[in-house]
Amino acid sequence: MTTPAIKFDLKATLKNFSNVGTIFRKELRSYFNSPVAYVVIIVFLGFIEWFYASDMFKVNLATMRDMFTLVPWIFVFVVPAITMRLIAEERKAGTIELLTTRPLNDAEIVLGKFLAAWALICISLLPTLVHYITIAFLGDIDHGPVIGGYLGLMLMAGVFVAVGLFASSLTENQIVAMIIGLVLMFALMILDKILIYVPEFMNTIVEFIGVDFHFSNIARGVIDSRDIIYFASILGFMLYLSTLSLGRRKW
Amino acid sequence: MAIAVRNLTKYYGQEKAIDDISFDVKTGEILGFLGPNGAGKTTTMKIITCYMPPSSGTVDVEGYDIFDHALDVRRKIGYLPELNPLYLDMNVIEYLDYSARLHGMKNAGIKGRMREMIDACGLSEVRHKDIGELSKGYRQRVGLAQAMIHDPDVLILDEPTSGLDPNQIVEIRNLIKKLGRAKTVILSTHILSEVQATCDRVIIINDGKIVADGTPEQLKQDFRGTETISVELKTKSANVMTEVFPKLKDLSQVESVEYRGQEGDAHRFTVHTAKGSDPREQLFRQAVSEGWVLLEMSRKSTSLEEVFHKLTTADPAKP
Repeated sequence: MTTPAIKFDLKATLKNFSNVGTIFRKELRSYFNSPVAYVVIIVFLGFIEWFYASDMFKVNLATMRDMFTLVPWIFVFVVPAITMRLIAEERKAGTIELLTTRPLNDAEIVLGKFLAAWALICISLLPTLVHYITIAFLGDIDHGPVIGGYLGLMLMAGVFVAVGLFASSLTENQIVAMIIGLVLMFALMILDKILIYVPEFMNTIVEFIGVDFHFSNIARGVIDSRDIIYFASILGFMLYLSTLSLGRRKW
Repeated sequence: MAIAVRNLTKYYGQEKAIDDISFDVKTGEILGFLGPNGAGKTTTMKIITCYMPPSSGTVDVEGYDIFDHALDVRRKIGYLPELNPLYLDMNVIEYLDYSARLHGMKNAGIKGRMREMIDACGLSEVRHKDIGELSKGYRQRVGLAQAMIHDPDVLILDEPTSGLDPNQIVEIRNLIKKLGRAKTVILSTHILSEVQATCDRVIIINDGKIVADGTPEQLKQDFRGTETISVELKTKSANVMTEVFPKLKDLSQVESVEYRGQEGDAHRFTVHTAKGSDPREQLFRQAVSEGWVLLEMSRKSTSLEEVFHKLTTADPAKP
């Protein structure tokens, strides 16, 4: 017997994008109505200024590579804090019952929430463009890796937000959601760095699953379809899992 | 038929929450769903609103099946869940706007409808306040307003007055009556006076099964015959239990008598009548012939309360 709510209807979702937009606006507004958005932006920029910008002139190179190796690690800690509330909070407060009895698909709910959290991360990336402009004025910067770097960061943020959203859909406890999200993101980050501990025949697979491997490809300024496919498929898979997990009715 | 519930059964793991429930609700009817906690009221409502699927059976809302046309069913229904969950960080207007949009209302219609609901629910003073700052009574009104915002044909209200003070209960009850005009309403409660005050029809549910179905008057009628008469009388006899008690008990229209104690010379009894009879005349004549002084004799007609109590505690498995 099918569950009435689980049906994933991509066509209807795309046709009626206004539901996604409504949820997106509500979620984004609730980030900015609470301290969450501001804390995230301040922490994010604080880390970048402290670890990257303070050394920027010492390094004396017209490149932003150091920032692009730093930011993914900040993501690992910041993204779970942003995504933990997305579904867990609704489960805890019981508002999930209202949300899922409105005439909309679970996929629309997931998509709207995903886009809101993703947008928040992208917004907090915006101020770092200051460094790009500064360096471009001072030296002869290679634009390819910078554009690739930002694109890579956005894709990576998308994957992390999807992972965090999935973690949030698993539980009604935000702390648990945050820890699950953090562990998953951390694992994705270190997979391509622990290859020596992995049997040799699995090396390519493990490396391919690791998110940092694909990110560094893109951040070099090489946009390869394999990396794009990787990001798109992990992202889609995580959103799909979140939709299923949201559709599971607890009792 | 606005709602047709057919052979609904729901298991939570091994436990049967509701057991083969079937009933119909006519368009425009206000149906009270009555039962002790854990009887299956909330489960039934969650299934009707497509929050979760039943283990077997189905529900038809305004011609749409909950399995095949879940979205159409949801469009037809306004729902106030148990405990009235709300987003505490949104203000009233934001929340109503959000609810309206998720129900597919377009910009043009939302403003006017929102003003209507805010007026009807008496929310105009608090419309810019965060919901988290509102009192319980106001929150309940917000809950009703969001359930009604899209002008649904069917209203499902799960314990709409629980946790409110008596004045608020009356307010919310009147609000439901006012808003529920020309709508089909199912409301669950375990407050019996609420059903008497608001509902056209009552379904009493116990242990996942329907144990009674009818108008409040019908139910009272059906369970007549179990009335009690409270009697207070003065007597000079030294031993009430041997001299008065048996004489009351032996009256033909009396089923049984309980002794309730004494105050000075006055003794109190509760007399249970035999089914369908009124022994007040017999009692009076008995008192006269024995020389007792009748101080009080009053009949308590069956309240829905007693019907409910009888129906929901009859199960011998329960203490």
